[in-house]
Amino acid sequence: METFLQQTLNGLVSGSIYALVALGYTMVYGILGLINFAHGELVMIGALVALQTVTALSGAFPGLHPVILLIAGVAVAVPVCMAVGYLIERIGYRRLRNAPRLAPLITAIGVSFLLQTLAMIIWGREFHVFPQLVSTTPMQPMDGVVVSPLQIFTIVVAFALMGGLMLLVNKSRLGRAMRATAENHRVAGLMGINANGVIAATFIIGSGLAALAGVLFASNYAIAHYAMGFTPGLKAFTAAVLGGIGNLPGAMVGGLVLGLVESFGAGYIEHLTFGFLNSSYQDIFAFMILGAVLIFRPSGLLGERVADRA
Amino acid sequence: MRTENTTPILEVRGLKVAYGGIQAVKGIDLQVREGELVSLIGANGAGKTTTLNTLAGVVPHNGGEIRYAGQDVGKLPSHLRLRKGLALVPEGRGIFTRLTVAENLQTGAYTRRDTDGIAADMEKVFTLLPRVKERLNQVAGTLSGGEQQMVAIGRALLSRPQVLLLDEPSMGLAPLVVEKIFEVIHSITREGMGVLLVEQNANLALEVSERAYVMEGGLVTLEGTGKALLDDPKVRSAYLGEEIDQGLAA
Ligand SMILES: Nc1ncnc2c1ncn2[C@@H]1O[C@H](COP(=O)(O)OP(=O)(O)OP(=O)(O)O)[C@@H](O)[C@H]1O
Ligand SMILES: [Mg+2]
Repeated sequence: METFLQQTLNGLVSGSIYALVALGYTMVYGILGLINFAHGELVMIGALVALQTVTALSGAFPGLHPVILLIAGVAVAVPVCMAVGYLIERIGYRRLRNAPRLAPLITAIGVSFLLQTLAMIIWGREFHVFPQLVSTTPMQPMDGVVVSPLQIFTIVVAFALMGGLMLLVNKSRLGRAMRATAENHRVAGLMGINANGVIAATFIIGSGLAALAGVLFASNYAIAHYAMGFTPGLKAFTAAVLGGIGNLPGAMVGGLVLGLVESFGAGYIEHLTFGFLNSSYQDIFAFMILGAVLIFRPSGLLGERVADRA
Repeated sequence: MRTENTTPILEVRGLKVAYGGIQAVKGIDLQVREGELVSLIGANGAGKTTTLNTLAGVVPHNGGEIRYAGQDVGKLPSHLRLRKGLALVPEGRGIFTRLTVAENLQTGAYTRRDTDGIAADMEKVFTLLPRVKERLNQVAGTLSGGEQQMVAIGRALLSRPQVLLLDEPSMGLAPLVVEKIFEVIHSITREGMGVLLVEQNANLALEVSERAYVMEGGLVTLEGTGKALLDDPKVRSAYLGEEIDQGLAA
């Protein structure tokens, strides 16, 4: 029972980060029918820009409170990622909107390499230690279950962001315009909606979420690196497909399910395979689950929208 | 009836539209004045939808001029033409099927900030189209065709257009619903809105229109008052499903 609670908790932490990143994939897919494979790199940029900010600030003003450092890091990382996300759309994808599908896909992969290379030039090849801005001192709310303030913080922030995004999309004027544009760009234009602006806003919002996910990810693993975006990017993409790409609640559910499956998988994989595989194989679970779900529900857990898009 | 010398709010000269190499509209002139109901009739493939889509900025033109309220709007994207007051209810209605009826109406008022004015116009739409009010929280994709058409018209009205382009609003609808929709069209022109109506049901369109254009193969081949065209033997035989010898026998 304790192991169960512990694995659930661990799963929720990574799952809620995957969910934040998955939302970016699914929002862009919903509005453009495009997989933005460069999205994972925004997680990396968010983490490294936050790290750079924190390092610079704590160098200039030693003794600054970690919470202030964290806020400052986020306050710089989020707009930087938003700007990068905007530029990716504006320069990379906009002119390819009516091109065959392969063209934006290849562009996305190219942009991904470009961003990684730029990050490598700026921040080097080495792993950087990401400082503990939120305490990681374990607490023991009950026997056998260990939780740190950082873990609680991660889950709370991620869920608050997801709730905020749902409100934005479902209740605000911009959210309505996003949903209208996702359904039909042409008719959205006839309603006076500037579809290009709405598409740009979608990239900007998704990129902001990725920046925050990057800070949470780097905090939890205490590490930042120019290639760190690849794995969470791929997992989040998996989560988005798992939940039904194009569907926002699907991305959240997909992210959480993926985090939980990995966590339980890592905990029980040795028993399940009679010691043949150990917990370092936990990554295969993500893709096994994806495969299994797509065989039985090709449109994902909550998806029904893939088929009706041209 | 508007006098002929009022300046038209929408004025099209020599409009040409091509799809790839195919010239679908080959140089047409037309005008719509404030409060005027003008219809555009013609056989399938004549270029009516192409004309309306071009006026609304959905399809680019390759010749001629589109002047709206004294300005050349031919280069503006569709969302900016709407902001100027030129609205299109597209062929097939273009309802946002995943949004609720209320949300569809709200997208119609997207460009407006006057909350009170929007609420008042919303009430007006409900008075004109009571059925829409009953369905406010329903997902629009589940509405009947007639209800969707009403939502499409109500949504367009909420942008407060000065010129409304309507592409076959009666398509696929029962006669009673068609009658209702024509009543609504008539009542909006009384408030000063100009309407350019594309209709398959030429008889009905000509009856209610002050003026009309007949399109054929991308050109306007006839124009005149609705009444004159109704009595025109060529129109009668080609578009009103009447055989000439029937007329002779009568
Ligand atoms: N997107 C397009 N690409 C190529 N050709 C097109 C396109 N849309 C229309 N056309 C062609 O342009 C011509 C005019 O079409 P349009 O839809 O304007 O006719 P219409 O008068 O509205 O006909 P209907 O009464 O059937 O709606 C037709 O020959 C049609 O095949
Ligand atoms: Mg047509």
